Amino acid sequence: MIGGVTTRQAGADDAVSGVLPRRVALPESVEEVAAVLRACSEQDLAVVPAGGGTKLHWGLPPARCDVLLDMCCMNEILEHAAGDLVVRAQAGVTMDALAAALADKGQELALDVPFPEDTTVGGTLAAALPGPRAFRYGTARDLLIGITVVLPDGTIAKSGGKVVKNVAGYDLGKLFTGSYGTLGVIAEATFRLHPLPPDSRWVVAEVSRAELPPAAAALAASQAEPSAVEVDWADPGGPLTLAVLVEGAAAPSRAEALRALIGKGSVTDERPSWWGLIQRDEVLVEVRFPPSATAAVLDAAAGTGLALRGSPVSGRMLLEAWHTVGEGELAALVSRLRERVEAAGGRVHVLAAPYESLDRWGHVSALPLMRRVKERFDPGRRMSPGRFAGGL
Amino acid sequence: MDTLIAALRSVLPPDSVITDPVRLRTYECDGLTYHRATPGVVVLPGTAEQVARVVRLCNDFGVPFVARGSGTGLSGGALPREDGVLIVTSKMRAILEIDLDDRRAVVEPGVTNLAITEAVRDRGYYYAPDPSSQQVCSIGGNVAENSGGAHCLKYGFTVNHVEACEIVTPDGDLVTLDRMDPGYDLLGAFIGSEGTLGIATKITVRLSRAPEAVTTVLAAFESIEQGGQAVSAIIGAGIVPAAIEMMDALAIAAAEAAVACSYPEGAGAVLIVELDGPAAEVERQFAQLTELCSGAFELRVAAGPAERAAIWKGRKSAFAAVGRISPAYIVQDGVVPRTSLPAVLAAIDRLSREHGIKVANVFHAGDGNLHPLVLFDDAEPGAGERAEVVSGAILDLCIEHGGSITGEHGVGVDKARYMPRMFTEDDLDTMQLVRCAFDPQGLANPGKVFPTPRLCGEVPGVRKGVHPLVESGKAEQF
Repeated sequence: MIGGVTTRQAGADDAVSGVLPRRVALPESVEEVAAVLRACSEQDLAVVPAGGGTKLHWGLPPARCDVLLDMCCMNEILEHAAGDLVVRAQAGVTMDALAAALADKGQELALDVPFPEDTTVGGTLAAALPGPRAFRYGTARDLLIGITVVLPDGTIAKSGGKVVKNVAGYDLGKLFTGSYGTLGVIAEATFRLHPLPPDSRWVVAEVSRAELPPAAAALAASQAEPSAVEVDWADPGGPLTLAVLVEGAAAPSRAEALRALIGKGSVTDERPSWWGLIQRDEVLVEVRFPPSATAAVLDAAAGTGLALRGSPVSGRMLLEAWHTVGEGELAALVSRLRERVEAAGGRVHVLAAPYESLDRWGHVSALPLMRRVKERFDPGRRMSPGRFAGGL
Repeated sequence: MDTLIAALRSVLPPDSVITDPVRLRTYECDGLTYHRATPGVVVLPGTAEQVARVVRLCNDFGVPFVARGSGTGLSGGALPREDGVLIVTSKMRAILEIDLDDRRAVVEPGVTNLAITEAVRDRGYYYAPDPSSQQVCSIGGNVAENSGGAHCLKYGFTVNHVEACEIVTPDGDLVTLDRMDPGYDLLGAFIGSEGTLGIATKITVRLSRAPEAVTTVLAAFESIEQGGQAVSAIIGAGIVPAAIEMMDALAIAAAEAAVACSYPEGAGAVLIVELDGPAAEVERQFAQLTELCSGAFELRVAAGPAERAAIWKGRKSAFAAVGRISPAYIVQDGVVPRTSLPAVLAAIDRLSREHGIKVANVFHAGDGNLHPLVLFDDAEPGAGERAEVVSGAILDLCIEHGGSITGEHGVGVDKARYMPRMFTEDDLDTMQLVRCAFDPQGLANPGKVFPTPRLCGEVPGVRKGVHPLVESGKAEQF
């Protein structure tokens, strides 16, 4: 027991990027999360919160990890106010379970996650990886309207609420979204929802590297309003698959208009098999860029030998290694990629890699301010220390 | 103050430092006119570097500073400090870059909200957040307040449309917060922090493609209940209109007196519903909407931009219009879950009758954001106090129903004392950890947002005696 909360002995499967915790705590309520964190604070134990564990190996290994805080038992959907298009859920609810419950009332949380079966609400927020439909609906931070967090000293704090429009106080939800468990524990979250679209269509076309940038620009500017524009480029030597999602009333005719805009392809009601997914993430590199730099990013990515997938209109792509890449090779590859992408106004971040020596994040302009935030929230450096950008 | 003023003059161009008492008084309040303070000194920097110099001097002298854009805020967020510097961004109004390929514009903070849209409208783009004051309000102020507008139901707020900000931190450093960067989302935390985490000096906003079709409908109902039912039916049908606005009979009467908007006679409530998007989608949704509004006794559809503007005219003038029917009024801003609207409106009506204070209701019905206009005669003894009571009780109603004390006007100086009703001490202390990280000395817009400042060096809950920031006059305890 830690702080009166159920724990178990940690096993090899509980290691976070190779760092083995001593105990795994299994809290069942916000109060129990607080009790664990208070106890850990008193004993100077380092804590790593975990949801479904799908992205636990992302980021750097934590400098220390005594207790893994497994949020699996906090899996209750607390309130679905369908008339208000709002849901409040505990952090351990899986995105699949949430989607199923919302679909019962004809609604959805418009966030696409790469591993929906195991990914939890808390993990989705902590890693904040944008999915295809971020182009239309925004990212996790844009759909989050309220949050309850537990600070490393056990303080329970909330911000926002359960109304979409709300500017009272600072927005802690924004700060915790994408913080990789380094500021505290996300315990509960409230989201704004959207009605499930009455109809969806995909336009799928094979395009060449040269054809993609102008097609993407035309799609982004189209008044037929696609919800997402994605490309899949498994083999950087070959053609790309472009897929465009149209949702809502009159989806078929709008999809047809977008097909005409691309000049080829077919309209289908079947989601492409690769849509929004990550296939392998031993090595995962994220590229963010202004959409006008799409051609430059494709050129730079072509030289890496990595598989590429992502959105030319949102300016966000992921590169995956489908073969083993050695430490030196990866470092050189990232450095070359970063040089070319940054020259085009973009950024390169290594989300996952089995090596510690890499420069994962590149230059972070506001790092001194981020360090000050970390110091205030986690003065003992006990929350996932060192996992995130700049050693946060 | 005199040595600080001399130092300010030495780092700013001529005519950028105002000390003349008459001119100082023109800055004594923002849009919330019943809080006033004459600023110690006003500066008008022309560049980010000049803003940074001013802030660094404030640090050297331990003097608080307040940023001000166009001064249209309705919560006193730009209320100056008599012992401080007011930094006005009105000279910084250049649109630095428009990049339609990347759908973004880079602007200085003094640029007005509408100016961005005007710069790109003829090319089929616009800047989505549209606060009612958009003709005059500044984008820097929008960032500070996380401004919304009638169309945020579908399109979101300022925070959803800003890609990056260059800010001057409360220490006087120039730092860029960019959504593209890794690390904490400090941009998200900064937007809506009401000038307490620094001053935005350059803002990159996202531009939106103009929708293919816009249909604006005015539906007149006999009662506010019927109007409310139509709103629930629209949302329940899975339609997300660009806007759903509602006005009650008193608000309609005021708008009629002020701008002769010619809304249907005898309406107990009017709804303005705007649908936008691809033409085929709007067409379908309009057919649905007509059915869902079958309880309306009159339905008007705008045939073109002129008729659309005519429908919006009454709504957009509503705040100022109540001046025609009441000598004085308080504009309130609260939010309730949309499904609680009928109960809350009924309760506001009861409050109004109990206290003999009329309340005109104008609201963003789609997202439950109420703007009750609490009317009173300031010549009548005690009326102002009763209006205050009603106004405060409306906020309590919002909190009781799980809503918020402000949907878009901000906390400012006006609502800091209500924050403990919505948040616990731990919530507020935790928010202030962010403040302590950005502004450990408490110089950036002190006294706003939080009822009690957190002393940044201390452990929560161990403070004894008078708060040092209160003692030094930098903060006020409510």
